Amino acid sequence: MKIDRFAVSLFATCGILLSSGCGGPAADKPAGDKPTDTPAPTTAGTTANAGAKGLKLGFAQVGAESGWRTANTESIKSECEKQGVDLKFSDAQQKQENQIKAIRSFIAQGVDVIAFSPVVETGWAPVLQEAKRAHIPVIVSDRRADVPDDLYATFIGSDFIKEGEMAGEWLVKKTGGTANIAELTGTPGSAPANDRAKGFRTAIGKAAGLKIVFSQTGEFTRTKGKEVMEALLKSPVGNTVNVVFAHNDDMALGAIQAIEATGKKPGKDIVVLSIDGIKDGFKAMVDGKLNCSVECNPLLGPNIIDAAVQLKAGKTLPKRTVVQDGIFDQSVAAKELPNRKY
Amino acid sequence: MPNWTAAAAMLVAVLFFNLLFTPSFFHVAIRDGRLFGSLIDILNRAVPVGLLSLGMTLVIATGGVDLSVGAVMAISGTVAAGLIARPPETPFAGGKSVPALAIPAALLAAMGCGLFNGILVAILDFQPIIATLLLMVAGRGVAQLLANGQIVTFSEPSFAAIARGATAMLPNPVWLLAITFVLFSLATRATALGLFVEATGSNPSAANLVGINARAVKIAVYTLCALCGGLAGIVITGDIQAADANNSGLYMELDAILAVSVGGTALAGGRFSLVGSIVGALLMQALTTTILTRGVSPEITLVLKAAVVVTVCLLQAPAFRDSISRYLPKKVPA
Repeated sequence: MKIDRFAVSLFATCGILLSSGCGGPAADKPAGDKPTDTPAPTTAGTTANAGAKGLKLGFAQVGAESGWRTANTESIKSECEKQGVDLKFSDAQQKQENQIKAIRSFIAQGVDVIAFSPVVETGWAPVLQEAKRAHIPVIVSDRRADVPDDLYATFIGSDFIKEGEMAGEWLVKKTGGTANIAELTGTPGSAPANDRAKGFRTAIGKAAGLKIVFSQTGEFTRTKGKEVMEALLKSPVGNTVNVVFAHNDDMALGAIQAIEATGKKPGKDIVVLSIDGIKDGFKAMVDGKLNCSVECNPLLGPNIIDAAVQLKAGKTLPKRTVVQDGIFDQSVAAKELPNRKY
Repeated sequence: MPNWTAAAAMLVAVLFFNLLFTPSFFHVAIRDGRLFGSLIDILNRAVPVGLLSLGMTLVIATGGVDLSVGAVMAISGTVAAGLIARPPETPFAGGKSVPALAIPAALLAAMGCGLFNGILVAILDFQPIIATLLLMVAGRGVAQLLANGQIVTFSEPSFAAIARGATAMLPNPVWLLAITFVLFSLATRATALGLFVEATGSNPSAANLVGINARAVKIAVYTLCALCGGLAGIVITGDIQAADANNSGLYMELDAILAVSVGGTALAGGRFSLVGSIVGALLMQALTTTILTRGVSPEITLVLKAAVVVTVCLLQAPAFRDSISRYLPKKVPA
């Protein structure tokens, strides 16, 4: 096992060395690339990464609060290593002041591009103004920052409203337009919870027979998702519910256990759909318990580096780069499972 | 009249509300050889907070408080899940899966945390709120490090049985809480240990003068409290078959403190009621389950809970009871 992994990494390293030797756009897919790698979410100009080598990128991460975030960090770090980007990485441990400090130190070190995932939406204008004065372009990733447009170059991340819409559209197709839906919402007031609820409602609004009969927060956790589902199934509307829509996979996984405890079959008697596309969600789909999961891709490394290269070259980017999220159901889950990295 | 009368009355009131407005609430069926219904859910879901509140009661009775039990839950759950699942890129990677060791190791880790708290409070004379705040913050970090920031999932029927199985029609966690409660009650009321705890809480110096080793008592209660946290962590982890270091037991120490104070234990220390804490935990869970069953929106939920807690606390306060009784028709004066 150990030797295998060593051999693979050696092979991959050779591939990278080869490709950086060629340097041309043809080297986009190095020969040693492991076949199991998830295809990087592509945007318009992914191939133009010749300028990546030696680029100084400062990245101020939120922290390590979830598996999603860990995968996000991993993607950025490994992609930088792969492309020879000089990465200055800072973990803010969920504190805005740490992120502001990190950005200031990036400015002082004179990096080429700064990227960060804002912990909160507000309070970024002063430090971004400093970056602007130092002529360092800023990439906002994953979460929004509430600042004037001229203070950042581009925002790269998923569109939570779109994710909710995709889930809703899938449901309209699946049910033929009639169902009683129970919704497990995320942490009240958080952007993903608000936006996913909004998108979902827009999509199912087109089918008059789709009704949300129950909506309660599961706070994005498995334990809460299970407890809420347990109570729901025993409530007056419990017997009429035939669809569960959870704002993330973890709550759906908890809900699945609660459904099983009542003797019903999740995935058959009650349709379960959720958002995130984590590995455990895929396992549940392979087992036939989860019907569908809309991906929320954390593997933003390639997109961020791509944008950084273009910014360094002096190009202007669109203010919003939406990462393409896929949607997966049981028919493709088994094939896709080995590719999941998070 | 015991101190927990107000909490018990409120619990009855909550159940009565359900009897009137949600008749299905009292429907108890037998499914897969076990009882099944909202009432059973209340018992089952109250177990983690109930366990914490037993340990917390003793700590509070010594005049302290333990904020770290939520983090201890995360640590114990992660240790247990780690030894079973052996996730890669964590300290548990490699070795064989050892479900038999999972529970002893998790409880040992929890007791180690308790010992740390006890030493800080009893020997180094830290303020309990500060001493345990340290582990509340750091402990969750330790759990995240142990799990490498991931949710550790596993599938181990023998371990899951603790949280999901049933014995004699009732879920196993309910039995676990019942047994822990009986043991704690016997230890504190059938022996002099309870008196030692109360003496330490009322006046540690006086307790020392009469020959009670207040330091040893404090170390013991913090260790016991963490042990309860360890048990609660195992229950939560077994229940979802996954250790979630970020969320397991998050803010649950506050629920436990609430259950203890609603149950009539004085936060200043010196007297305590284990029954009261269990009643308190059941009241909080009955409220939660009622709210979830009724489909009340989450924003209102917290306000509703706060209102109930304030009412119970007011009913407990002698000053409030006196001022109320002034306006009530007087009983025949003696």
